[in-house]
Amino acid sequence: MIKMPLPDREVLARRLEIVAALRKIVPGEGVIEAEHERRAFECDGLTAYRQLPMVVVLPQTTAQIVEILRYCFVNKVKVVPRGAGTSLSGGALPLEDAVLLGLGKFKRILDIDIANRCVVVQPGVTNLGITHAVQTHGLYYAPDPSSQIACTIGGNVAENSGGVHCLKYGLTTNNVIGVEMVTMEGEVLRLGGKHFDASGYDLLGVMVGSEGLLGVVTEVTVRVLPTPPGARALMIGFDSVEGAGDCVAAVIAGGIVPGGMEIMDRLAVEAAEAFVHAGYPLDAEALLIVELDGCEAEVDHLVACVEAIAARHGATSCRASQSEAQRLLFWAGRKAAFPAVGRLSPDYYCMDGTIPRKKIGDVLRRMKQMEAQYGLRVANVFHAGDGNLHPLILYDANKPGELERAEEFGNDILRLCVEVGGVLTGEHGVGVEKRDLMTAMFDEIDLNQQQRLKCAFDESSLLNPGKVFPQLCRCAELGRMHVKAGQTRFPDLPRF
Amino acid sequence: MGVFQPSDEAQAAEIVAWAAAESQSLEIVAGASKRRLGRPPHADHRFDVSRLAGIVDYDPAELILTARAATPMVEIEAQLEARRQMLAFEPMDWRGLLGLENEPSGEPTLGGVLACNLGGPRRVRAGSARDYFLGFAAINGRGERWKAGGKVVKNVTGFDMCKLQAGAYGTLSVLTEVTLKVMPRPETAGTILLPSLSDEAAIAELSRALNTPFEVSAAAHLPAPAARRSGVAAVAQGHGAVTALRIEGPAPSVAFRADAIEKLFGRGARLDAAESGRLWREIGEARPLLGAGAACVWRLCPTSSLAPAVVSDLHEKFPLAEVFYDWGGGLIWLSLDAGEAGSDGGAARVRAAMTLAGGHSTLVVAPDAIRAAAPAFDPVEGALAALSKRVKTSFDPCGVFNPGRMQEGQ
Repeated sequence: MIKMPLPDREVLARRLEIVAALRKIVPGEGVIEAEHERRAFECDGLTAYRQLPMVVVLPQTTAQIVEILRYCFVNKVKVVPRGAGTSLSGGALPLEDAVLLGLGKFKRILDIDIANRCVVVQPGVTNLGITHAVQTHGLYYAPDPSSQIACTIGGNVAENSGGVHCLKYGLTTNNVIGVEMVTMEGEVLRLGGKHFDASGYDLLGVMVGSEGLLGVVTEVTVRVLPTPPGARALMIGFDSVEGAGDCVAAVIAGGIVPGGMEIMDRLAVEAAEAFVHAGYPLDAEALLIVELDGCEAEVDHLVACVEAIAARHGATSCRASQSEAQRLLFWAGRKAAFPAVGRLSPDYYCMDGTIPRKKIGDVLRRMKQMEAQYGLRVANVFHAGDGNLHPLILYDANKPGELERAEEFGNDILRLCVEVGGVLTGEHGVGVEKRDLMTAMFDEIDLNQQQRLKCAFDESSLLNPGKVFPQLCRCAELGRMHVKAGQTRFPDLPRF
Repeated sequence: MGVFQPSDEAQAAEIVAWAAAESQSLEIVAGASKRRLGRPPHADHRFDVSRLAGIVDYDPAELILTARAATPMVEIEAQLEARRQMLAFEPMDWRGLLGLENEPSGEPTLGGVLACNLGGPRRVRAGSARDYFLGFAAINGRGERWKAGGKVVKNVTGFDMCKLQAGAYGTLSVLTEVTLKVMPRPETAGTILLPSLSDEAAIAELSRALNTPFEVSAAAHLPAPAARRSGVAAVAQGHGAVTALRIEGPAPSVAFRADAIEKLFGRGARLDAAESGRLWREIGEARPLLGAGAACVWRLCPTSSLAPAVVSDLHEKFPLAEVFYDWGGGLIWLSLDAGEAGSDGGAARVRAAMTLAGGHSTLVVAPDAIRAAAPAFDPVEGALAALSKRVKTSFDPCGVFNPGRMQEGQ
């Protein structure tokens, strides 16, 4: 288990005083102090980690957030921001000595601007809520994390959330064009807006995906896109996952960027089929779902192209959806893959590494060996277009030691992803979960540079500490320059 | 003033460490084709990284290209074209715009394109350079070699440092190796021209077109004087304003969508793939304004729908100004003659007009005296300025890189 920073006894001793101060800022039920009520906030989607927060505050205005952060800054109290709490990496895990700042009351859609294809929302609006607000105009918000019914845009900004369509339409970062944020010191900043790009450093770009370490987002402007007029899906069976991976490579090399491309391995297919009866081929070792979207002429043309590519790459079966109902059925199994796998085992642990797609064969072979080594099974679903793997490790938390074994197995899978040229996380974020693996991907200089940026935003390291970085930021030390004038080896270098 | 030309990354890092220790500053150049963009830096030495060049890895099926930062764009583009791929943000060659066509400037490089975060006409649909920038190796202002991001298309591990380096004009770190997401090149393209619309009507039509599901990949409006200067006959000979919509994709889809657009917007002239390519290259390079005798050229990024109001305000302030619109109105190119521009290049009046519309403005072309005096980029103020300074210091504590390139002290 990952260890969180030790709580500050001195802050804990001031708990009632802090609660009283917060009540002055947010009256009524906006400050939650009773233990049984705080319990509801003790974890996010990474449920293996739980911690009762010191106090929960649910402000309703940016002005209140400014005051809360200013108070916490002046009084050296840590703050953990939280959206809907669907993070799978523990990004919103509370700290014993921190204020949990919930954005759940920021639910208003502020501006729907059809002419400029953008929507301005408060951070507590759900991902799907944005699409609902504009769909009558033929528009939608493209990033679609699987939790999109529940997850909020503020959390999406913090995590730079993806989804099944991001190879073609990008992640959150490519679809958010402005934010209003409050720094730990209580300064309100506006970054970006309805226009393209911005002057000065792209601070918006670095806010997106900063996992609540740089500021609290209080308003978000997103770009919305015209809804594709149609879509069809192909369900293609292969006798190996490598075969499915080769087919994906051939589709892309053939100049086609599908709306989505997903691979499921045999165990995932069996689980999904038993759960939703989508008609998946149970004799296949791997199932590839390819979705083409666009106007009818394009979709039909590309479906034929992909069918031909699949046939050349040894597909054992290939069906193209003939109706919208059938397309949704093809997806139903994939979309239900996690709960379906959940029926095979009391618990599962979802990993999120990205690899160069061509390494999929190697990676799955090594994972098979690890299954034997750890005595745990893995079902694989895979955003194949962009190489984002979601191995689901099956375990039973009630069996002593099994959670720890599952975690160690997961860590080995992520180290393997890095070893083959990939990364620790494609869309779930580092959070608590992958914090101590950061050194597998980055050396000390890399991490120090990241932490120096953190210090530029939050010099007192009060915002969401204990996440992302294996060591707490030591801003004063990191800021020092260790150079001695006149002693560098420079004179040997070429001058022109 | 010396010129340092490191032969590898280790040597480059040593030079930076020396500069930091000795309080020397460096102007980073490779091809130097964008040297005239932004504020003129006042550095003690020139840091020519052009030898840090060459494609390291290009894997078309993974949509990944890794190259050393000073790799010339011509080399990148030739490799991509051979595999029918492209940089989707459509980087443009501004040597003509910056008056370097007849000067011995070097080739634009990948690092320069990223450092300036430039995107061409497809930016309206596909994003800018920053949206395709996946990872890098760099040297910070302490002379340390560091890296961020990754070499895969989907990655959220750590802060997204690529976004910060893109558009930082080399003031935070020297990029040495970069990884980008590349995309398939559309099989074909065509452009539909709508004749004789007023600016207001044109921007409304462009917005309507971009809101259709027909995937318009570029949307520009050339008022009559700009249209007349086009090298594309159908545009120049239309005797009036021209509004252009580009469609790209597989041939059957392009044919279908072009018909659908014409049904909605009326019949116009159509450009085939070659002519379409020529027009959008011209637009990206701002050629419809070149030859207007401009002393100063501005690039304004307002909220798209407000672009005509900004332009009408500008015309009151500068009766002789010429403009054209790209990105569905999200980009206004403005040229001013010397008399109207005045000693600040028109900065005060241009920026006042832009307050109507949010967004930002960049003085791209101006005589040296004006470039030295007028802020090329919008001044950053208040808490944002303080934060920007701290961000700069977090990468380059001694102010080694490109001093003053973006702002005073940055």
